[in-house]
Amino acid sequence: MWAFIKKEFLYIFRDYRTMIILFGMPLAQIILFGFAITNDINNAHIAILDNSKDVVTREITRKLLSSHYFILDRYLKTDKEIKPAFQKGEIKEVVVFQKDFAQKIKTEGIAHVQLILDASDPNTANILNSYTEGIINTYVLHKLAGEGGIPLKVNIQSTMLYNKELKSVFMFVPGIITVILMLVSAMMTSITIVREKELGTMEALLVSPVKPNIIILGKVVPYVVLSFVNLAIILLLSQFVFGMPIRGSVLLLLAESLLFLIMSLSLGILISTVSKTQQQAMMLSMFALMLPTILLSGFIFPIENMPVVLQLLSDIMPGKWFIIIIKNIMLKGLGITYFWKETLIIFFMTLLLVVMSIKKFKIRLE
Amino acid sequence: MSVTINIKNLVKTYEKVEALKGTSLQVKPNELFGFIGPDGAGKTTLFRILTSLLLADSGTVTIDQWDVVKDYKKIRKITGYMPGRFSLYMDLTVEENLQFYARLFGTSIKQNYDLIEDVYEQIAPFKHRRAGALSGGMKQKLALSCALIHKPRLLILDEPTTGVDAVSRKEFWELLKKMQKKQMTILVSTPYMDEAALCDRVALMQSGKILSLDTPQQIVDDFKGNLLSVKTQNMYPLLKDLSAFEEGIQVYRFGDTLHLVSHYSPEKTKSDLTEYMTGKGYKDISIEPVTPVIEDCFLALMNNTTDA
Repeated sequence: MWAFIKKEFLYIFRDYRTMIILFGMPLAQIILFGFAITNDINNAHIAILDNSKDVVTREITRKLLSSHYFILDRYLKTDKEIKPAFQKGEIKEVVVFQKDFAQKIKTEGIAHVQLILDASDPNTANILNSYTEGIINTYVLHKLAGEGGIPLKVNIQSTMLYNKELKSVFMFVPGIITVILMLVSAMMTSITIVREKELGTMEALLVSPVKPNIIILGKVVPYVVLSFVNLAIILLLSQFVFGMPIRGSVLLLLAESLLFLIMSLSLGILISTVSKTQQQAMMLSMFALMLPTILLSGFIFPIENMPVVLQLLSDIMPGKWFIIIIKNIMLKGLGITYFWKETLIIFFMTLLLVVMSIKKFKIRLE
Repeated sequence: MSVTINIKNLVKTYEKVEALKGTSLQVKPNELFGFIGPDGAGKTTLFRILTSLLLADSGTVTIDQWDVVKDYKKIRKITGYMPGRFSLYMDLTVEENLQFYARLFGTSIKQNYDLIEDVYEQIAPFKHRRAGALSGGMKQKLALSCALIHKPRLLILDEPTTGVDAVSRKEFWELLKKMQKKQMTILVSTPYMDEAALCDRVALMQSGKILSLDTPQQIVDDFKGNLLSVKTQNMYPLLKDLSAFEEGIQVYRFGDTLHLVSHYSPEKTKSDLTEYMTGKGYKDISIEPVTPVIEDCFLALMNNTTDA
């Protein structure tokens, strides 16, 4: 057993390409996602259709434009101008104020603002929507509070509590942790097991009296250790470079990660049993694991915006549940009582995969 | 200490290819047994069944009293196997490889050093070099050390000398002879006919069948017909012309000459043939009777089976 682990470590450290993949990839990904691929929006072009042109609408407009999120492209005069304005493609949002806006607030206590967004880029639209709502609500709140009224839309404030500025790093770090853990464990284990098959050393291992589960364990332990090192690097980076907090228990975070790791590792073993070459193992882990995890886990695209079929599909992505857990721990600082369901789901997935991979692992060559 | 092997009616089929077509044979204790045959003869398949890596479609193999399917755990303990593909860790050093295999079998290098001493001392000067940087012959010696490290009673070597230079091949066989003295049954496969003479007994294999099984000397003695070596200035069309010389004649390339098996006496064949070849316009004709070697026997047997 120790001989296996020692061998595996020696092997990893001697092969500089493996090392680069193992440690370079997380670094590159987090820096890329953190800095380059940012979802934070600045200077989005908007148009305003003000049917009221009173004190209140002008004040709201000023508030919107004085935030650095929006730049006024033009004022529109009628509803008919909205469509062509979008078609030109420069405008991301149109804010429409109701007629007699200030009047209605005073007399009826409610007035309507319509936000029309270019949702061809759903993420941007989503974020712009939140920005605008936030600014308007803040204004209404202050105004009414100043006049002694009752605040109306408190609930919007709570949706943005954990990521007030919708900082994308906060969204990406849990996703990156998930993808890295999954990729390193599943891909690397499957590749190293298949490599032994390819090189013919598996033949020699199988002929020896060593039990198959020891062979597997010897493969798995080094990658658990390495993945933990990776996890630590990502957490430290996100904390010190991007200021991402860990509000909940670190211990709990590590424990949940371990569970997720074991699941990914058994997935890797499963992949290794069905692939004959290293390339095959790599392609399988890439397409079967990495892409779905990135696309369907809510890492980049919000699950709520997906068609129902994909939403159902995302339910079987372990990554989805793990991201929920990490977000709960890191951003909200919640305890296990809030996400025992998700934990249980991952736990059963793990159990299923471990049993399957042990059953499928062959003591012979075919 | 060494083992007896009993193989009965072994059949193994891959999707479309029949790799073994009912192979049966016995290997005696302490024997150095060779399997000779071209690629695809079924040697590797046979060895993998013996080492319990593959399951045969039908037939049985027993090693001493153990069945190769039921008692595979026992068999894996007493077998040293050197796969045809180079089965070492390229990025580990010579010493680390050996240590790993020793630990795998729950032993240490020191414990069984006397056994591998002869092999290992030849590669010891390079023990800190990575296995991937060794020459072909060195790699095979290291692989042999690794296969020997747990003091196996049965040693199975799959084409250990393929891709190895002539000097290293000779050294390797000397090592095998030494190992044999240490109470081991040794099975070895090779595509090189000249190595057959070094085995106690050999089985000539082709397309999953054993063509002949005997001591190398006996196989040569059983050679039927008279063997002649033919050489001339223009060898290229000669094979075709000689094949047409006599009904059912066997002609094949042998080094830079052609070998010809005739049923008539060497003298008669020689004079007939000289006349025939001169008629065809060949010059510098040299026809010599030669004593057959294993390769001749094998080629003759091969031709017989393809004819039939």
